[in-house]
Amino acid sequence: METTEKYHFDVVRWFTVAAVIYLVVGTLVGVYIASELAWPVLNFDNPYLTFGRLRPLHTNAVIFAFGGCVLMATAFYSVQRTCGVKLWSNGLAWFTFWGWNLIIVAAVITLPLGLTQGKEYAELEWPIDVAIAVVWVAFTINFVMTIANRKSSHIYVSNWFFIGMMIMITYLHVVNSLAIPVGLFKSYSIFSGVQDAMIQWWWGHNAVGFYLTAGFLGIMYYFVPKQANRPMFSYRLSVVHFWALTFGYVWLGAHHLQYTALPDWTGSLGAAISLAMIIPSWGGAINGMMTLSGAWDKLRTDYVLRFLIASLAFYAMSTFEGPVMSIKTVNALSHYTDWTVGHVHSGALGWVGMVAAGALYHMVGRLWNTEIYSAKLVNAHFWLATVGTVIYIVALWISGIMQGLMWRDYDAFGTLTYTFAESVAAMHPYYAMRAIGGFLYMLGGVVMLYNVVMTIRQASTNPSASAEPARA
Amino acid sequence: MADKIYSTKLQDTLERNIWAFLLMSAFVLSIGGIVEIVPLFYLDDTMEHNKRPEIVWDRKEGQSLADWKPGDGIRPYTPLELAGRDVYIREGCYLCHSQMIRPFRDEKERYGHYSLASESMYDHPFQWGSKRTGPDLARVGGKYSDEWHVRHLIAPRSVVPESVMPNYPWLAENLVDDSTIVANMEGMRAIGVPYTDADIAGAVEAVKGKTEMDAMVAYLQVLGTMAKLDYGVTYRE
Repeated sequence: METTEKYHFDVVRWFTVAAVIYLVVGTLVGVYIASELAWPVLNFDNPYLTFGRLRPLHTNAVIFAFGGCVLMATAFYSVQRTCGVKLWSNGLAWFTFWGWNLIIVAAVITLPLGLTQGKEYAELEWPIDVAIAVVWVAFTINFVMTIANRKSSHIYVSNWFFIGMMIMITYLHVVNSLAIPVGLFKSYSIFSGVQDAMIQWWWGHNAVGFYLTAGFLGIMYYFVPKQANRPMFSYRLSVVHFWALTFGYVWLGAHHLQYTALPDWTGSLGAAISLAMIIPSWGGAINGMMTLSGAWDKLRTDYVLRFLIASLAFYAMSTFEGPVMSIKTVNALSHYTDWTVGHVHSGALGWVGMVAAGALYHMVGRLWNTEIYSAKLVNAHFWLATVGTVIYIVALWISGIMQGLMWRDYDAFGTLTYTFAESVAAMHPYYAMRAIGGFLYMLGGVVMLYNVVMTIRQASTNPSASAEPARA
Repeated sequence: MADKIYSTKLQDTLERNIWAFLLMSAFVLSIGGIVEIVPLFYLDDTMEHNKRPEIVWDRKEGQSLADWKPGDGIRPYTPLELAGRDVYIREGCYLCHSQMIRPFRDEKERYGHYSLASESMYDHPFQWGSKRTGPDLARVGGKYSDEWHVRHLIAPRSVVPESVMPNYPWLAENLVDDSTIVANMEGMRAIGVPYTDADIAGAVEAVKGKTEMDAMVAYLQVLGTMAKLDYGVTYRE
């Protein structure tokens, strides 16, 4: 029995625990701001608690804190296992951990203070943006150099997707954050108007496309076959999936700006490629699901696998919904409504959150050399997450479409039927329903946190006889 | 086994060589952004004022921002409006209010003439927004009185009972920070907003003693009023 670990897993353990904590924190802020829309009294006339300042905190917490820690944990975990070597630099990995978490702390302080660049999902001010670039590049270099040192002849498919994400996020973050500093925590985007809008949505959609899709597909390509204990369904489909996604996703941002002052050619181009993206997206979803072909019975007993496979169902659903919403006639109705928010959350809660939970549960048992504390609680988390997601997206489907229809409705005299305020009043029950769906999802995160903490305690107080020492 | 090629020769090479893989991915990932973004900086059709220069304010030598009248054309924000815009961004107003009217009949009746790209040419960053939890504000200027805006910002439900907007009572209490306005305007000038030396020299005086509420109302009241748009003219295909 080895006394030292074969891989650098300590940093992965820390990222894993951080991810679970941020899941609870990020969804808690989400539930709070969702409740503010249903019951505006919750803004408490307090500047630091208003929707406008907390909403960026919610998006940054779930995307960069939770999503980032999941991606860094899983990337560092799977790259070592698929390459058969330790991380190129353990020190750089720890730098990535502390740097990333420091950035998160900076976000938690600055966003409620109203220090913002005013671009969605890229609100953090320029000194933090510089730090993000440095830490992200450190993460990328470590990952790439580990692959360069690999023992296997080929680079495994999960690593392609991680690399695609790393390169694209570097492009996006650097270009979209270009700004002229006018103070320590104040800057103005160097772009203006229509060009700024296009660059922002090139960033905005590809933060979804690469950070939350390519990166999490890397997770899917490693953890689904591992958890199912079967090879990936189709290697060919993986190749097509990767290159089609890499080439195609980049174009989609323009569909956020249809019928705006963005030239028509750009929006239409974005929409056309968005439609075509159904093919690679569904190819990937099928590739993941069919990996279970001949072993579907595992879903009955393996709750971790349930998370992974359900996430693929949500992935397939939202990658169908997205192209539909990019069709110009549909977009004319859906744009500016809560349907868009619902669509984002079917991807975020259903796909990203669930595939992350599956991967985290898979890793926790192996990282601490023990069984998960309670499989029943994993199942409880699964149902809370699934039911919460469904309530959330159904509420916003109904209300989003209702909103769009109310805004454009004409009465028999040819005048607008509803005032804007009437459409706001009509949203109330659905905003409340959405907050309840989000609350259930958050509760699932709390159950997961408890389960993970108990698993780690169990591993440290009562290591099973067969377990290897956790660390040197 | 390790020598067998399961796909194409190119794909196999990429999978064996991390550097080739990196280069190929970096290339493929760059295409879409370049094709969609770069032309927006040089195609004349992108900005409407290239064909219709009258929508931009033709500022004569020696004129100050105070010489501008509504409808004279698109101009940089005054110091007070700029300070108001900074408050608008700080409070995250753009997360619930768009400033981009689409060319549909209902939006025209509700909000006014569809927005032009040239109208946000001095907006660093753009404030088009992506969501209408509240109504569009692209042409809110002049629709309500200053007094209405003050009451609405302090307590939205006192004038619109259905509203879910937070109260912003602190805007009436906080003074505009006159120590940063010069740096802010110089920053804007460095990235292409045509402020004159005189504009910047008068900036501190223009915001001194004003509250954030004054600044916010000044900003809201200028939105959409700069260019006089003609319904008979096709500004954009």
